[in-house]
Amino acid sequence: MTQATDILVITAHPHMELSRINRRLMRAAADVPRVQVRDLYALYPDYLIDVPAEQAALSAAQLVVWQHPIHWYHMPPLMKLWVDEVLAFGWAYGPEGGALKGKDLWLVASTGGPDDSYQPASYNRYHFEAFMPPYEQTATLCGMRFLPPMVLHGAHKVNHHDLGAHAKTLADRLANYPAWPEIEGLEECIACEVPLSARPQDEAANTAGGALAAHSAEAA
Amino acid sequence: MEHGSWLTGTLVYLGAAVLAVPLAKKLGLGSIIGYLGAGIAIGPWGLRLVTDPQDMLHFAEFGVVLMLFLVGLELEPRRLWSLRKPIFGWGSAQLFGSAAVLMAIAVAFGVPWQLALVGGLGLAMSSTAIGLGVLGERNLMATTSGQSLLSVALLQDIAAIPILALVPLLAASEGAHADGSAWLAAGKAIGVIATIVLGGRLLLRPALRWIARSDTPEIFTAAALLLVVATAALMQAVGLSMALGAFLAGVLLAESEYRRELETDIEPFKGLLLGLFFIAVGMSIDFAVVLKQPLLITAIVLGFFALKAVVLWGMGRAMPLPKPERPVFIILLAQGGEFGFVVFQTATQAKVIDAATSSLLVAAVAISMLLTPLLLVAADKWWIPLLARHKPVNIDEISEQQNAPVIIAGFGRYGQIVGRLMFANGINATVLEHDAEQVEGLRKFGWLTFYGDATRLDLLRTAGAAKARVIVVAIDDVEQSLKLVDVVNENFPQLTIIARARNVTHYYGLRERGVKLIERETLDSALMSARSVLEAMGWERHQARNLALRFRRHSIELLEEMALHRTDEAKLIAVAKQGRQQLEQLWAKEREEAQERKQRAVWSAESGTESSEGAP
Repeated sequence: MTQATDILVITAHPHMELSRINRRLMRAAADVPRVQVRDLYALYPDYLIDVPAEQAALSAAQLVVWQHPIHWYHMPPLMKLWVDEVLAFGWAYGPEGGALKGKDLWLVASTGGPDDSYQPASYNRYHFEAFMPPYEQTATLCGMRFLPPMVLHGAHKVNHHDLGAHAKTLADRLANYPAWPEIEGLEECIACEVPLSARPQDEAANTAGGALAAHSAEAA
Repeated sequence: MEHGSWLTGTLVYLGAAVLAVPLAKKLGLGSIIGYLGAGIAIGPWGLRLVTDPQDMLHFAEFGVVLMLFLVGLELEPRRLWSLRKPIFGWGSAQLFGSAAVLMAIAVAFGVPWQLALVGGLGLAMSSTAIGLGVLGERNLMATTSGQSLLSVALLQDIAAIPILALVPLLAASEGAHADGSAWLAAGKAIGVIATIVLGGRLLLRPALRWIARSDTPEIFTAAALLLVVATAALMQAVGLSMALGAFLAGVLLAESEYRRELETDIEPFKGLLLGLFFIAVGMSIDFAVVLKQPLLITAIVLGFFALKAVVLWGMGRAMPLPKPERPVFIILLAQGGEFGFVVFQTATQAKVIDAATSSLLVAAVAISMLLTPLLLVAADKWWIPLLARHKPVNIDEISEQQNAPVIIAGFGRYGQIVGRLMFANGINATVLEHDAEQVEGLRKFGWLTFYGDATRLDLLRTAGAAKARVIVVAIDDVEQSLKLVDVVNENFPQLTIIARARNVTHYYGLRERGVKLIERETLDSALMSARSVLEAMGWERHQARNLALRFRRHSIELLEEMALHRTDEAKLIAVAKQGRQQLEQLWAKEREEAQERKQRAVWSAESGTESSEGAP
C-alpha cells in the first residue's frame, strides 16, 4: 500500500454475500488506482475495530467515501460503531481534534425503496434528504465538507445495465475528484467549536481506547 | 531398652523406604516395588534387621483400611448404588469364576477338595492395596478399567466375610459347630453395619461440625483417624473386614462438607502405612519355603496367575473394556492379595491346611505381588503400545477417489467441530482419521469417515488433495501434523492449510512452514472462561467481551513478535515480559481515564450543565 492513495472508501454491508449493488460498487471503487477500500465487515467480523489503523487510513486520505446500503434510514451497525470509535473526541472533534479538518466526506448509498417512496404521500413519508442531517452534521463537526450524496434508489429492482452505468459513474467520479461540477459552488465547511466540557463521559474504556489511540495516531 | 528398640525399628523402616523408593522410581519401577524391595532387604532373608514381619503386617494393614476409607470418600452413595451391577456381577464373576477354575485344576491334580477350595478362594483374591495404589499412581481411577477394578476389589472385600466364616467349617472335625452361634454372629454383623450406616448418617456430621468449630486442626485430624479406627474396631469385633467398615464410613461422609478436609488429613497416614504394608509383605516372603520347592512355587505362581488372567481376559472382552486398558486390569487382578494371607492364616488355625502348605501359598501370593509391578512395567513397554497401535484393523484404508473441496485430517474433538460446521452448511468434506476405533465409532454415528494415515502421499491423493481447496490439519500428534504440512506444501501447493496448534512450539513449527491460518487449540475456550471470570467479578458482559477480544489480538501479535526471537531464549523472555507490561500499562491507563470521566460526569451533573450520556 505504498502507492499514493488519497481516497478512502469505507464500505459496510452486513450481508455482503447477498449484496449485488454494494459489492459491485465496492469493486468499481477498488479498481481506481488512487482508492483504498476498507470493507468493515470483512476487516472486523468480530466487531473489534482497530481504531489506530482506521485513523491512520483517514489521515492519509483527502476524500472519505462512506459506501453502504441504507438500513432503517441509517447506516449499518458496524459502520455506526466505526463512527463512534474512530471519530473520537480529541482526534476528530473537540479542542484538540482536527485530524479530519479540510477533508471531504461523500456518501454513496443505496435504498431498497424506490425514488417515489421517499415523499410525503408515500410509505417512507419523507424526502430522502430529510434523513441526511445526521450525516451532514457528523461531517461538519469534524470540519469536513459533506458532498452531495450519490444515492441509488430501488436497489432491488435495478437492472444490470443501470447498475453498470451507476458503477461507472462512481469510478469516474473517484478518478476525477475533486474536479466535479457540483463541488465548485460548495461553500467551505462551517466551523463548529466544541468546548472541552462536551467531552463524552460514557465513552468507556471498553471501546478500543479512543483517546489513547488518538495519541498514538497523532504521534505517528 | 524398649524405647531404644522402637527407635531402631523406626530408623530401619524409614531408612529402607527413603533409600529404596526413590531408587526404584529412578529405575522406572514405581514406588510399590521400592517398598517391597526394601522389605526383602531388611527382612529375615536379607539383612535380618527385622525378624518378625507378622506383627508389622498386622499394624500396617491399617494402611489398607485408610485407603478404603479414602476410596469411600470419593464415592457418593448414589454413585455406589449405580455401581451395584459391576460390583455384584463382574465382581462375583471374577472371584467365583477364578476360584472355581483354580479349584477344578487343583482337584484334577489330586489335591483334596477342602484344600483346593481354600486355595482357590485365597488365590482368587487380588491385592486391593497394590491395585488401587497403581490406579492412583497412574491416575486411572476414573477410567472404565479403574471403576471395574474397584468394583471387583469391593466385592472381594464383601466376600471375604462369608469366606472367612466358611473356612473353619471346612475342617471336618469341627463340622458340628453350633449353628446358633453362626446366627448370632450374622445378627451381630448386621447390627454393626446398621449402626455404622445410621450413625454415619445421623451422628457423624454434627459431631464433625462440633469438632471443626473448636478450630484446632490437629484435633480434626485426630478425629478423622479416630473415626476410621473406631469403625475398623467395631467391624473387627464382630469378625467383619475392617477395610469394608472404613469404606462404608467413607461413603457415608462422601457427601459431607468435610470430605476434602478428611481427605487431606488422612492422605499422608495412608501413604506411609501402605508403604509399611508393602515393606511387611516383602519381609514376609519365606524364602526358605521358596528355595525348598522352587519348581512347585513357580508352577503355582504361574498357574494361578495364568488361570486368573484367562478369566479376566474373558471379562475384559465381555464388558467390554477399551483394549489398551485391559493389560493393567488383568495384571492387577490376576495377582494374589493380602486377603489371601488372611484366608490361609484362618485356614491354618482351623487346621484345614497345614502350616507348610500355608507358607507355600503365602509365598506364592507374595511373589505374585512382587511380580505385579514388574509385569506392569513390562506391559507398559511392550504390551500396551502393541494394543494401542496395531489393533486388529478390519477397516479398509481409503481407496476410492474422493473429490470434496475440503479435506479434514484428524477427526477427534477438534476436527469434528470443524467438520460439523462444514456439513451443516452443505460443504462436502473428506474426513481422514488414523485411529481405527475412532473411525468405527464415528461411522456408528453416521459420519462418513475414511481410515488412513493422512501423512501418506498416496492416501492424500485418493482423498482428493490434488483438486481440493482447503485442508484442515486437526491431527493431535504434533510431529504427524508437521509432517502432513510438509507433504502438502511439497505436493499440493494449491491447498490452503488451516491448522490446529497444540501449543506454542507447534505454532512456530507451523509458522516456519508457511502456514498462516493457525489456531491455538486452547486459546479461545480459555478466553471464554476469562470472560466469565470478569463477568463474575462484576464487569459488564459487553466490556468483558471487548477485553477478551482485545487480549486475543494482543496475544497473537505478541506470539508473532516472539517468533522472530524463538531461538534466543533470553530475548524471547524479554519480549514476552515487555508485551505483558505494555498491555498492563495500556489498560491501567484506560482504567484511569475511565475513572476520570466518571468523576467529571459526577461534577457536571452537580453543576447542572447538560452533559449527559451522549457523544458528541
